[in-house]
Formats: sequence, C-alpha cells, structure tokens
Amino acid sequence: MIDLFLRSIFADNLILSFFLGVCTFLAVSKRLDTAFGLGIALIVVQTITVPLNHLILARLLAPGAWSWLGLGDVDLTFLSLIAFIGVIAATVQILELVLDRFVPALYRALGIYLPLITVNCAILGGSLFMAERDYSFSESVVFGFGGGIGWALAIMGLAAIRERLNYADIPAGLRGLGMAFIVTGLMSMGFTAFAGVQL
Amino acid sequence: MSALRHLYGPIIDNNPITLQILGICSALAVTTSLTTSAVMSLALITVLVMSSLVISTIRRHIPSAIRLIVQITIIASLVIVADQIIQAFAFDISQRLSIFVGLIVTNCLVLGRAEAFAMQNPPGPAVLDALGNGLGYSLILLIVGFIRELLGAGTLFGLTVFPSVYDGGWFTPLNLMLLAPSAFFILGLLIWAIRALRPAQIEPSDYKIAIDPNRRAP
Amino acid sequence: MPDLNPISWWLKLLALPNESRTKTLVVAFLVSGICALVVSSAAVILEPMQEANRAAERQARLDAMMAAMPGMEEILAEADADTLNSVVVDLKNIEMTEIDPSTFDMRAAAQDPETSTIIPPEADIAGLGRRADYAPVHILRSGDELRLIILPISASGYQSTIHANLALEADLNTVAGLSIVEQGETPGLGARIEEPAWQALWPGKKLADKNGDITLTVVRGRATNEFEVDGITGATRTGNAVTEAVHFWLGEYGYGPFLDKLRAGALEQ
Repeated sequence: MIDLFLRSIFADNLILSFFLGVCTFLAVSKRLDTAFGLGIALIVVQTITVPLNHLILARLLAPGAWSWLGLGDVDLTFLSLIAFIGVIAATVQILELVLDRFVPALYRALGIYLPLITVNCAILGGSLFMAERDYSFSESVVFGFGGGIGWALAIMGLAAIRERLNYADIPAGLRGLGMAFIVTGLMSMGFTAFAGVQL
Repeated sequence: MSALRHLYGPIIDNNPITLQILGICSALAVTTSLTTSAVMSLALITVLVMSSLVISTIRRHIPSAIRLIVQITIIASLVIVADQIIQAFAFDISQRLSIFVGLIVTNCLVLGRAEAFAMQNPPGPAVLDALGNGLGYSLILLIVGFIRELLGAGTLFGLTVFPSVYDGGWFTPLNLMLLAPSAFFILGLLIWAIRALRPAQIEPSDYKIAIDPNRRAP
Repeated sequence: MPDLNPISWWLKLLALPNESRTKTLVVAFLVSGICALVVSSAAVILEPMQEANRAAERQARLDAMMAAMPGMEEILAEADADTLNSVVVDLKNIEMTEIDPSTFDMRAAAQDPETSTIIPPEADIAGLGRRADYAPVHILRSGDELRLIILPISASGYQSTIHANLALEADLNTVAGLSIVEQGETPGLGARIEEPAWQALWPGKKLADKNGDITLTVVRGRATNEFEVDGITGATRTGNAVTEAVHFWLGEYGYGPFLDKLRAGALEQ
C-alpha cells in the first residue's frame, strides 16, 4: 500500500510519466497560487471519483455484476468510459453545490477551478488506469489520493519554476510554451529517478 | 476559397497543439512509435470530424442548459465505437494504445472545437475545421513519433532503418527517446522551430529584461 | 381533436424554443437513447471479433511457445494429440477439477469473490490483490511419464499487468520456456520482454536452489549463474515484476502445494 502510494506520487506521476492533464498543467501554471488551488481541487476530486468509479465498475458493469438478477453473462465493461465521465461530471457538480452551501470560503477559493477539472485527462485517466490495473477498492482509494498529490506536486513545482523564469533571458521563440515544455521534460527526468525505489 | 481556410489554417499557422495548447495529454504518451501515433491520429480525426458533424447538424436544437453534457455524451459514444473498432480490427495496436483512445473524450481539442466552432457554424465549415485541426494535431503527433521511434529504436513503422546493436548492427538506440521526458523536449524544440519560422507566434515577454549599462562585474 | 400525426408532432417539437422544459427533456432523452443504441450495437456486433482476436492471440502464443521448446516437435510428433492435456486445477483444495479448460477464464475467476482468495498483503509480492482459486494448466505426458507442465503466471508490472506462461520440465525445477501472453509495458523498454531473443534466455534455468527456495531472478545486467536471467536495460521494474510473478506463483499461494503433490505422485486425474 505504501509502495503503491509513493509510486503513484513519484514514479508513476500522472503528468510526468503518463502525460495526463498536460493541457491544464501548462495553461494554469503561470502563477503559484492558482496552481496551488487547482492542485488541491484535483486531489479532492481524484480521491472521490476513483473509488466511486471502482464501485460502479465492480457493482454495475463488470461481467457477472448482475448475476443476482439471473443475468450472469452480461458484460457491460464497454460502457465504463461513458459511466466514468458521467460520474466525474456529476461529482464535480455536486461538490460545487455542496461547497457553495456549506463551506462558502472554500468554494470561493476553489470554485473557478472545479469546472476545469471535468475535462481534465488526469481525472478520467486515473479511473481508467484503476480499471485496467484491476485495483481493489482500498487500492483505488490510495491510488486516487496519491495520483492527485503527485499531480498537484508537479503543477506547483512547474509554477514555481515558471515564476522564476520570468526573470530569465530566454530566446524569443522558446519563451512561454516552449520553455514550459523543456522544464517539464527536465522535471520528468528527475521524477524518473524514483522509478527504482521499492519499499 | 474562404471555406478552405478552415482546413489549412489550423495545420501550421494556428496549430492546436503548438499554439493553443489543446489536446496534448493523450498526444504524447502514444508517440513512442510511428504506428501507434498514426492509429491515434486516425482515431482522433474520425472522432473529431464525426462529432463536429453531428453537433453542428443539431446545433439549433441543443438547449444551452444541457449543452456541455450533450456534447460530451456524443463524443464519448463516438470514442467508445472507435475503441471497439480498433479492438476488433487492430488488436495488437489497441493493446499498446491502452487507455489513451478512451482519453480522447477528455481531449480538450475535441470538446474545444465542438464548443467554439461546431456550435456556431453549419456542417460544411464545421467538418472542414475539424479535419484541419485533426490534421494539425496528427502532423505534430507523427513528427514526434517519427523522431522518437527512429532514434529510440532505429525503426519506422516497426521496420528496421538503422540496424541496432542488439541485432548485430551499428546503431545504439537512445533509450531516453522512449521515456516520457523526451516527448516534452521534442515538443519544446518543435515549438521553437515553428516560431523561428513564424515569428508572429512568439509570446510577448511578461517582463522587460533591463541591463544596466554602467553595471560592472562584482 | 389531438393531433396524432407524428411528422407534425415532430415539427412542433423542433419549433419549440430551446429553453423550454419539454424540449430540454426530449433532446436529452433522444441524445442518450441514440448514443446508447450506437454504442451497444457496436459492442455487440464487434464482440465476437474481439473475442476471436483474444483467443487467436492466446492460441498463437501457446503454439509459438510449444514450437520454441527444445525437443517439443519430436515429442508432439511421436505422441498422440491427446497427450497434451489441459486441466483446471483447484489451488485451494489442490486437486484436478472437471471444469472445461476451453471455456474457463482465469482472469474473470480472479475478479469474482466466490472463486478467488484475497492474498495476504505480506505474501502479495506480485501486487495482484486477489488470486483465482482455479488455474488452467497444460500437462504433456509421453505414456504415463510427465514430460512438461505449463503454468499461467502474472504480476503487476510497471504500467500493466503482465500475463505469462511458464513451462517446466519433468523435474518441475528446470524452466523449459517462458512466453509472455499479454503486457502493456513501455514500448522499446519493458515491452521487450515480448521479444523471442529475451524469452530464449529462459530455457534451462533452474527455479529453486538445493534448499528448495525459489531463487530464479531477473537481474540487472548479465546473468552469472543458472538461477539468473539477463535483465533489460532501462526496464528494471518490468524485470522485477517477472521475478515477482515467478516467486509468487511457485510459492505457497501459487502452484507450490500443487507441484509438491504432483512431485509426490499423489494427484489423480
């Protein structure tokens, strides 16, 4: 479990080794405070949706899930994609409503980032990886949480570096996006170093 | 003629990946070989064109309250069908693409084009725009896939170009090319190359670097 | 009198303002209905093809492995086709079962709580979580004598679950061959475990040392003895996963008890 947790943060980092959520990653990493807000929002959503999707997959879609109705052979796994995206969209909406109603301060801080998260590949990718790797329920909780932390860590790291890069004299063609890619590549190389760590 | 602008505009001048930062997520992970890049490009172009066509056809009748969810449902269904077709006809490639075909759903490019263009335009231009964006995306994917497969394994489409030392040749494959960081580097350098050719795309500097002419080295 | 003509009903619907509640509901239902129909029919129509692909792939790999096995051609040629027996083994009660191996799906069984066991975390070196209680095993005999046994093994690798078949010779300690059935590791690195050149390193390796402990390991770099297999540069994690698969599946929670019983000759067909 600890191994899976650390692996999902470092070696199997969703952005730096699987390129998930790079669009948002590059677009929202110009300032550290926005990156922090988005990172936290992603951890929350990821920790909720991965286990939730695990339940949906295991209880409703997997082959044999309907055997109590006498429909033992029904295999609905081809619907998992559409089910996952539905669950994610619904979770984000509900989270928005709940936060607005009960924790308005947090809603004001995270509110603008939540809709962005519905179309973030990292969230859907987390659920799809959970399905492909056959995680158990507790593993999916750990994986969701760890994956979220890894993503947040990477975006905050990049944002911090980009804030500093504003003061660097970069060749004109490389300014902005180009440099962000190169820096991400270097970060990704750094994170590959964790690949050999085993606990 | 102006309709054709929708087609070729996004290929270089307004490329979805290098300029608009759309749809990179799924793009990079599949570029370790040219074959997977090509299949991924084909899947994306098909989904993009079909979704633009469908959404643009029914655009007048989509209530704005459920606009996004209708678009996502249509895209997701098309992606599932594409995934099923790849699994049925190109089984070994589908295993290598793993979850990344599914991730076309959250590819910002598809939803972005649906929302920004197909919702406002008739089917003809919408399809051309989708095709142009799909081709622009594929171009980048194929270039990155070409470089990574050639330098990382010495092959193209799985056929040997440089005989590698494993098979008694002279070429030592660069393993870095097959790892994640290389995709970021190649894309960064590619953006630099495009902007060197098209200076209009250069981003303005946020801060002016001021060098004090009287400053002496300490 | 109510208008029952479906065409005019349809036109009336289209003419409704987009924001009206009826139209929102109707559009939502129509879109989901049509999408559901398209997706389900694609899945149903293409299902037999995908299943055939998967089955063909499994069979092709088994055939390739049999062909690659030293001396296999002669054994197969001299013996009847019947001598390659496939049988589903009950790993819990350690006995042969009557389950038809051609329809048995070990991976589905590993998912189902009724036919699988949760592996205690400290024993779960292969990172599998659950283990199916039944496993399809291929046994080749010439006459009554055991010649070869093929065991399915698996472990979670770097990016995917690796499934493989491990063939053991009659002493149940010498590897006759390894074939990777399915993997989704990094192309060019971990995925090189699929290459025949790497799998050709396996025949002749020994599983257990003289104390009976499983020692066969995929090492980093070159192998130095018969308990080691060359690793693939840049794919340490994939190599470790294959090692874990061997250690787990030949250990206490895998085929260990079954092989002990087989060695003692205490298994009835």
